[in-house]
Amino acid sequence: MAEIRVMREDLRPPASPPKRHFISIKDVTRDDVERLLATARTLERSMEREVKKLPTLKGRLVINVFYESSTRTSSSFELAAKRLSADTMSIKSSGSSVDKGESLKDTAITLGAYDPDVIVIRHPQIGAPNLVARVTEAHVVNAGDGKHQHPTQALLDLYTMREELGRLEGLHVAIVGDVLHSRVARSLIQALLLMGAHVTLVGPPALLPRGVEAMGCEASTEISVIAGADVVYVLRMQRERMQEGANYVPSLREYAARWGVTPERLRPGQKVMHPGPMNRGVEIDARVADHADALIETQVRAGLVTRMAVLYDLLTSGPIEVKTESVLEVA
Amino acid sequence: MLVAKDNPRENTVVRGARVVDPVADVDAVLDVRVDDGVIGALGQNLDTNSHRVIDAEGLLLAPAFVDPHVHLRTPGREDEETIASGTAAAAAGGYCAILAMPNTDPVVDSAATLGSLIEAARAEAEIPVGFLAAITKGQSGAELTEMGELAAAGAVGFSDDGVPVAAPGLMRRALQYGAVTGRRLALHCEERTLSRDGQMHEGEVSAELGFTGYPSVAESLMVERDLALAAYERQPLHLLHLSAWESVQALRRARADGVQATAEVTPHHLCLTDEAIRSLDPNLKMNPPLRSVSDRTALIEALEDGTITAIATDHAPHARHEKEVPFEAAPFGVTGLETAFAALYTHLVEPGLVPLKIVLERMSAGPARAYGLDEPRIAVGSAANLVLLDLNASYRITEETFRSRSVNSWLLGDTVKGKVRATIAAGRLAYGS
Repeated sequence: MAEIRVMREDLRPPASPPKRHFISIKDVTRDDVERLLATARTLERSMEREVKKLPTLKGRLVINVFYESSTRTSSSFELAAKRLSADTMSIKSSGSSVDKGESLKDTAITLGAYDPDVIVIRHPQIGAPNLVARVTEAHVVNAGDGKHQHPTQALLDLYTMREELGRLEGLHVAIVGDVLHSRVARSLIQALLLMGAHVTLVGPPALLPRGVEAMGCEASTEISVIAGADVVYVLRMQRERMQEGANYVPSLREYAARWGVTPERLRPGQKVMHPGPMNRGVEIDARVADHADALIETQVRAGLVTRMAVLYDLLTSGPIEVKTESVLEVA
Repeated sequence: MLVAKDNPRENTVVRGARVVDPVADVDAVLDVRVDDGVIGALGQNLDTNSHRVIDAEGLLLAPAFVDPHVHLRTPGREDEETIASGTAAAAAGGYCAILAMPNTDPVVDSAATLGSLIEAARAEAEIPVGFLAAITKGQSGAELTEMGELAAAGAVGFSDDGVPVAAPGLMRRALQYGAVTGRRLALHCEERTLSRDGQMHEGEVSAELGFTGYPSVAESLMVERDLALAAYERQPLHLLHLSAWESVQALRRARADGVQATAEVTPHHLCLTDEAIRSLDPNLKMNPPLRSVSDRTALIEALEDGTITAIATDHAPHARHEKEVPFEAAPFGVTGLETAFAALYTHLVEPGLVPLKIVLERMSAGPARAYGLDEPRIAVGSAANLVLLDLNASYRITEETFRSRSVNSWLLGDTVKGKVRATIAAGRLAYGS
């Protein structure tokens, strides 16, 4: 008969280290960002070759779960995974089927049963990626959670600015528009400040969150202050914010007249960025969008290589230190 | 009218505890003898009269607690709490009486519903429980309930807790008519056009996290309105779960002007600020929300100076699956009956923010006074309402420790100090052995 032995504490296998995730810019250090940007640049060079596929993540599984509509984020994550030779699976779910059917927790557990290496998730509610990280073993990448964070967007924007202007330290960026409802703005503010840039928010009073200056930026309702910036980052003015009873601004027409980014409000040589999709004639004048100083298409290209860099960084055991505290706290 | 099941009355001697009754100004090591549920003697080396003896050396004996704000979820959500489980949780928390809010399904807005609850409580309540009835039918804010009949049927007060009485005209009528019932109106102060979709306190943390803000002024504006109506009608009122500095200021002014207003504050608003929401833990989501450091400081000051006279848990049980969702999808509310004293002792008394005697008074006599209930008292001839506390016990809050049917506690996983060892409620041993 086999002898039953209690394994001694010191003979047990070491606990596996906590999984690293990319959920919030708050999870990363300046060194992490530098490393990710450098990796993205290396990957961009590799994309100049005729055969663009790299074998790096062969045999790995990346699941994209999108609870919100998305063109550029979902396509670039999918392509990023494919370019690195990972297997990919994309799951889309409309908001209503979520409310009626399976809970996010159960969906995450179901997907986790396939042992994915990475789950990329976009969800309309803040904290959804943290919940997925709690109930699965996968590395979780936040592709946008409600109004909270969109960290890979911030990373691709940093990459675009650094490539175009040669620096981030000391750069002055004006972020214009609906900051209140913008996860893009929140993660970009944190990312820019992390890298030593200077940030000014510009928009209608009701769309600048009360207390936002505590993040370390300035806020103004006066559009003329964008003239002082190196980069004017234009946020999408979401039409759903104009619903009856919301009254953030009286009308899109009035918004465009007061805060629309037009050639007259820009200095020559100022760079203009927009996360897309654009509302031409509302937050951005068509002449600005199509001008050579607009980096909007560059941003899309940067999205591919920075998302490749994020997947690569999470799945290879380089000198990578992405802090996971915020996730562990809620676990 | 408070009711409980008819457990046998205690014949007990609690020996050697430090006996503290802040109202009677008692603080001494004494024996306390309970004869047939009534305090029969206080003194040194009391005759045990062959009573049960509880050796309480090193422990603290205080008047048991009164919770003026509990959600028992019955009728309608018995999966979350029942009268039996909620009162058992209360007993474990050191309470000798609790008041249940009427925002159930159906709402307690008729004598029939109220009567069935009182009947159920007689059969299953571990400690005395009182029921509030709604101010408006279905809590819809349109039409007054039959407050006279409800008071006669045993309602201890009236509240539309969970929702405000939105229309000032109706609120005025409620104050006028409420006066003839002799029962207190307890008001949930929230201007919903300001708090709409709000998930947490509007401020620096919400700006950073992206949650829709629920500004302080959404509460204080309604507090000011209700105090103005109370002043005009010269009627008393009770303000539920205050959270904001501005509300405290308004209350302090009104009381100085002679308005008969009482107010309560929860342990979580006294112990935490909106900074805690950074963890995105749905067990930190409640209405009103956790507010800023200056709000918390104002609440602590108001508790000490007597502007706020009652601590209320706003014990709000929720099913596990309803809280295991992203923060924004989770319902408002946290449990508190079993952790209130430990939370306050750990976060307020130990760090020296509030004296122990203030906490004991605001958890016991203060809330009883607000509703005109008998104040628990450690005095010969008083009914035995006693809590035995171990101030040195340090322990971890886990799901297993809860008697409540729900585990949505903001203290889950925390190590706290201060443990309830036994509770005697209305002369009966309700918790401990």
